[in-house]
Amino acid sequence: MLGGFDLALVLDSLPELMGGLVTTLELSLLTVLGGILLSAPLGVLRASPSKWIAGPIWTYTYFFRGTPMLIQLFLIYYGLAQFKVIRASGLWPVLREAYWCCLIAFTLNTVAYTVEIVAGALRNVPLADIEAARSLGMTRWGILTRIKLPVALRILFPAYTNEVIFVLQSTSLASVVTVLDLTGVARIIIARTFSPYELFIAIALIYLALTYLTTWLFRFVERRLYRHLKSHTTEIAAAPVVR
Amino acid sequence: MNPADLLDLEGYGHLLIQGAALTLSVGVAAMVVALALGMAGALARLSQSWLLRKAGTAYTVIVRGIPELVLMLIVYYGGTVLLQKLLSLGGGDVRVDINAFLAGTLVLGFVYGAYATEIFRGAFQAIAKGQIDAAKAYGMSDSQMFRRVQLPQAWRLAIPGLGNLWLTLLKATSITSVIGLTELARQADIIKAPTHRPFTVFFAASLLYLAMTALSDLVRIRVERWASAGFRRG
Repeated sequence: MLGGFDLALVLDSLPELMGGLVTTLELSLLTVLGGILLSAPLGVLRASPSKWIAGPIWTYTYFFRGTPMLIQLFLIYYGLAQFKVIRASGLWPVLREAYWCCLIAFTLNTVAYTVEIVAGALRNVPLADIEAARSLGMTRWGILTRIKLPVALRILFPAYTNEVIFVLQSTSLASVVTVLDLTGVARIIIARTFSPYELFIAIALIYLALTYLTTWLFRFVERRLYRHLKSHTTEIAAAPVVR
Repeated sequence: MNPADLLDLEGYGHLLIQGAALTLSVGVAAMVVALALGMAGALARLSQSWLLRKAGTAYTVIVRGIPELVLMLIVYYGGTVLLQKLLSLGGGDVRVDINAFLAGTLVLGFVYGAYATEIFRGAFQAIAKGQIDAAKAYGMSDSQMFRRVQLPQAWRLAIPGLGNLWLTLLKATSITSVIGLTELARQADIIKAPTHRPFTVFFAASLLYLAMTALSDLVRIRVERWASAGFRRG
């Protein structure tokens, strides 16, 4: 039927779609967690005044920020099989799984962007704060963990919220390498039923809800963390911001 | 493995170059659409009309909330089925093939138009209030003020954001491979089998992307310097 929207089909597919939703959430959460764990130390090193430390990290972030995520995913998923050493190694059972390749590619990608966010925030910590800490005789480690990082966290919060939204949306690329995330499940059902727009519109609405739920959650946490600071305006853009 | 093997594309390299050319074409076409939609979107969001403002907001909300890949699939596959049904109404079985270049250009243009909307909106809002007052005091009409005062300055203020937009858009063109456009990512995907060197192929493709983004970045720095000539830094 022209223009007809087969709601029954969407409702019938819901259990399957929920399975895909779990995979999407899992991929997003693990990527974000891995991203935080790796970006914090790498961001500190990236902000180092020594070019021997900052340089190699810059090379990594430049490569991953300058190439499409899809190519990075292909490089890992299809590319690694080219090397006998890798195929013979104990890591192969993990590296040949599309799911793990996605996790690795997504994490390497988000870390590259987040490292630059962290380093940028660290460079923007007011000098006066650091001088005050020095004059109190704080050690370098103390200044880093008690002054620089907490202040940087406040500065980077809005930018990091956007990065998490990017991670959530880009997990849909997993469907290209056969992972059954939300998009992957929808594509399978569509191949079976030949009714593309119902299911794509259904998952689009789910992504939309997830995006705004995440935005709201981060805004809530940010307000909570910085409610003692009157001047800290929680301006997380609800509108798209270029990464 | 012989180290030289790692660099050998077995004569398929020219396909990657062709792919890169198509990547640039679809990128430029989508950028033109994005700029037009972005300007329209910004004017809508800053307009006096409640309806236009809401429409502008809805546009950016939808684009931020839905993955590019899903929008691409909706337009390409959904559009194909919809057109097919529409054309079959007159009876008979009609097969429709939507042009992948057109679909890719429109979807990327639509998505990045929303980003451009925010960039232009920010630029218009950053123009000093006094300038608007001065233009009004001179008796300029709204359209005169727009052409002579707001637009020339908004462009300059929007340039850094638009430069970033282009870099992101250029990388996003890789998604059009999913709907079969034989741009760089798709070409690499095609030749990975006959060469038996998937890593070499995708690494070569990523270096081509890197060359395009790095060159774009250099141009962006040049353009920014050119556009801010006559303005003091800081």
